[in-house]
Formats: sequence, structure tokens, C-alpha cells
Amino acid sequence: MTTPTTALKAPAPGASGAGAGTPAARPPRRGRPVSPRGHSGWTPWLYLLPALVLLAGLLVYPIYQLGLISFLEYTQAQVSGGEPTTFKGFGNYATLFNDSQFWQVLLATVLFAAACVVSTLFVGCALAVLLTRIRALPRLVLMMAALGAWATPAITGSTVWVFLFDPDFGPVNKVLGLGDFSWTYGRYSAFALVLLEVLWCSFPFVMVTVYAGIRAIPTEVLEAASLDGASQWRIWRTIMAPMLKPILIVVTIQSIIWDFKVFTQIYVMTNGGGIAGQNLVLNVYAYQKAFASSQYSLGSAIGVVMLVILLAVTLVYLRLVRRQGEEL
Amino acid sequence: MSVRTALRVKRPGRLAAEATALVIAVAVAFPLYWMVLSAFKPAGEIQSTEPRPWTLAPSLDSFRRVFEQQDFGRYFLNSLLVAGTVVILSALVAFLAATAVTRFRFKFRTTLLIMFLVAQMVPVEALTIPLFFLMRDFGQLNTLGSLILPHLAFSLPFAIWMLRGFVRAVPEALEEAAYIDGASRTRFLWQILFPLVFPGLVATSVFSFITTWNDFLFAKSFIISDTSQSTLPMALLVFFKPDENDWGGIMAASTVMTIPVLVFFVLVQRRLVSGLGGAVKD
Repeated sequence: MTTPTTALKAPAPGASGAGAGTPAARPPRRGRPVSPRGHSGWTPWLYLLPALVLLAGLLVYPIYQLGLISFLEYTQAQVSGGEPTTFKGFGNYATLFNDSQFWQVLLATVLFAAACVVSTLFVGCALAVLLTRIRALPRLVLMMAALGAWATPAITGSTVWVFLFDPDFGPVNKVLGLGDFSWTYGRYSAFALVLLEVLWCSFPFVMVTVYAGIRAIPTEVLEAASLDGASQWRIWRTIMAPMLKPILIVVTIQSIIWDFKVFTQIYVMTNGGGIAGQNLVLNVYAYQKAFASSQYSLGSAIGVVMLVILLAVTLVYLRLVRRQGEEL
Repeated sequence: MSVRTALRVKRPGRLAAEATALVIAVAVAFPLYWMVLSAFKPAGEIQSTEPRPWTLAPSLDSFRRVFEQQDFGRYFLNSLLVAGTVVILSALVAFLAATAVTRFRFKFRTTLLIMFLVAQMVPVEALTIPLFFLMRDFGQLNTLGSLILPHLAFSLPFAIWMLRGFVRAVPEALEEAAYIDGASRTRFLWQILFPLVFPGLVATSVFSFITTWNDFLFAKSFIISDTSQSTLPMALLVFFKPDENDWGGIMAASTVMTIPVLVFFVLVQRRLVSGLGGAVKD
């Protein structure tokens, strides 16, 4: 039962080679042929071939199709071949941008994702620091509990949380004395419930990753700060956070991307987007438009909007990484 | 350990921290406990308005309902088959690609790496619409292939990105020595590099296994009429009824669906933690 702790103490095989966070430890490799056998020529492309074929067929082509459909008139009539597809230009986007529900959903998506990201990062980082201050046994217990939450499939996690907060049979209302208060009835309480579930299943990734990062910080630095009487908060702000910056960037971006795309939780917990669509987020909205009301072109247009937003996030990320002078 | 000694605080402080950690651990584990508990509760106790955090009469009724449900075993096998195929193929394909982008210098290498990074950001859910038509045009709707292929493709960018650190960690001197000893490139790849990178492959496979096993959207969208090809999430939804949900059945099915992932996680968690460290620091 001591495996997780020993694993954490052992130097990570991947980390040792990657320089464990100190770029100076990485051997210089530029200007030197990596392959000792003369020209590598087509070999790397041969190795890349299966991956590139799969990605071209199932990622790049569908993205192109998504864009294409968003410019067409594409409803059930066109799908079944009853009517020819017609080009609508930006017509679908005009419909979408003139629909007040779209803006409402967009706003809800951004705010909901922001709330998820902030709370996940805060809880994850706080618990990572907490892990460094406790003995092996409580650490193991917390680690195992977190891994359990992490491993739980989104759909089962959603059903369990709905059950926990069930107005009739759930223990939470009983303990809090809320009677038969229905969490999924009100807009904000439903979002709060989903947020709790998302936080529950996504903080472990942040916690484990940041904890692994803290362990890679040279102990002398932390020791010196501690001896100088720095508070835990100050140690975090002036030593850990700056040294963990690369990890924090990765974790933040991953969280933004995951939380912006939350689908299963909303779909299952609020039964497809809540009463009168009050809990819709872009992902579920696109799905409902396409598969529930057969407006495939509108659904695709929403998909394109999501794609553009996430692409913008990615570009910011790439700039941040580049500015740190990291070699790809 | 050394961090802990460095930050050794006064005893009450540490005890308070440990107490906090344990309380949080209990809170985090509680939903899972409640899930398993409810799965074993007899029907009367689940429908009770005075829920108790224990049961004195554990029963297998809910599990019986789950397993007696038509084709449940089939759903389970389908889920296992889809996730297993994706894990193995994705590991092999990503290993080759990661080797190409770390052990070779070639034109467009950096561009490719950026593309792999960007590909991770694509909202896969948004692609359900074009993928649905793609699968329909190739006659793949209602087949397990319609689940395997997209998950395989979508797991690749992250897997390649993550494996890069592991491949890079293998010293180049080893590669040179192998060639001097007369090993061919293929032999080096599969008999030397592959075993060395294997821990990384395990860490990576956690992610592809989980996303595939947990998939709900594709399973719901691409398997529309042939239920013999359904996967576990669909078996779970059966117990949601408009009038009254069968919570015992839902919790039992959830337990059955969660256990394989938990087992998988426990088996690989050692590699996972080190693997994450490696990938993220890279």
C-alpha cells in the first residue's frame, strides 16, 4: 500500500531526461545529426505516416466538413436527399448572431468555464501544497481518494452527484436541512451542482501535476525560505509559483480547454440543458441544434465558433511557451 | 520527503494540516462510497427519505437487474473491445510518431509539433456532426469501428506530445552503440527503444483508455439503431425513466462501469504520476 508514495519519491524516468524543470540540464543537441546513419530522408515520414493518415481523415477532414456545412442549408430534408443542398454564405452565422439565446449561451459558457477553471486551479494548487506538508500515510489517503475521483467516468460521476443531491432520496439535502429543494430546478443552483462535479473530477489532475512539480524544486531554496520565516503563502507566491510557471501554464490551459468543452456533465445532470435550455453551454447547444432539431448547419456554425475561441486560447498558450524560450 | 523536512513546521500545525487532508479525502471519496453503498442497498432503503450512510441488509438485487438487462454483457464486452483496441493501436502509432519528431531533424518538424499541439485543442464534440456524416457515408454507423476510429485519432496528438519526453530521455549514445553493433534501424526501434519507452506508453494509455471508456457522446450519436453494438453508457441510461428513476439500477450500473477504470488506474498510477511529471516538465 506504500506504492504511491514511493513512486512519488522516485525520480521520474521521464523527468530525469527532460531536465527536471531546469533547462540548463538539457544536453545541447542542435547542429548535430540525430540519426547516426547519414541521411534520415524519408524514415521520419514513414514513422509518421499512420498518425498523419488517421489525423487527416478523422480530424482535419471533419474540421473542413464542419466549416463547409456551416455555410450550407443543411437540415433533415438535405440529409435524406429530399432537397438539394444550397449555399447560404454567412446566412447561418447571421441567424445565430441575431438569436439572443446564442449570446446567452455563449456568456453562460464563458462564465461557467471561468468559474470551473478558477476553482479547479485554486483547490488543486492548495491541496498540492498541503500534500508537501503532511506525512506519508495521510498523503497516501488523500492521493488515493483523488485518483478515485479522477478515474470515475464523467457519466457515472454525473449520475452519482445528481443522486447525492436528489431532493427526495439524497443525503446532502438531508444533512443541510434543505428539505425537498431541487438543485436542478433553478438555473444557478443547477450550474453550481455541475460545477461541483466538474471540480471534483478535475482537481486531481492539477493536484498531482503541481505536486510532482513542487517535488522537483531544489529543497535548499524552500528550506532557506522556511528558515527565514517566510509564511506558506509567501513561499508559494515568491518561490513555488514562479518556479512552477511552466507547469501552471500547462495546467491552466488544459483546464480552460476541458472546462470550455464540458458536455457529459451538463447533458446528464441537467437532462440535456436544463429547463427551457437554461443550463445550455455551447457544446450541448450545438448538439441539441444538430441532433435534436436537425439543424445541422446551425449546429456546425456553433461548432466553428467554439473552434475559433479555443484556437485563440491555443495561440496565447503558444506565445507564452515561446516567450519562455522553450524548444519544441 | 526532503521537502517535508525542509518545511517542518510546529507539530500542531502539521497535525492540523493532516486532519484537513483526511477530512478532504473523506469528502472526495464520499460520492464513490455512496455509489457503491447505494448499489448494495435493498430497494426499500434507496427509496427511503431518511437515507442512512450504511446498510444492514446488503442485497445484490440492483446488480441482478443490471446484469439481467438484455445484452448487458454484450455492452460491457463492446466497451472493453473499443477501449482495448484504441489503447493498443494508439500506443503503437503514437510511439512511431513520437520517435520521428524527437530522434530526427527534418523539414516541417516544428510545424508538425505545433499542429499536434493545436489538434489537442479541437473541441471533439463539435466534430460529432461531420463525423456522423462521414461514418454514414462509409457505412460505419452502428459499428464499433465508428467508435474506435475517432477515439484513436483524437488520442494521438496528446499521446505523441506526452511520449516525446520519454523518447528523448533515451540517451543517443545508446542508439549509436546499437548501430555500431550492427543493429538495423527497425531492430533498434522495436527491441531497444520500445522497451525503454514502455513506461511512458503505459502513462499515455491511461488517458486514451479513460477518454474512450468514458465516451458518451459518440456512443450516443453513432450507434443509433443497432443496440447490439452499444457500449456501457447506454446501459446506464436505460435506468433513467421519465416518471421515476431506478436509482438502485443506476448506481449498480455506475459501479460496474467505474470498477474497470479504477482497476486500470490503480495498476498504472505509479507510472502515471512519474509520467505526468515527465510530460509536463518537458
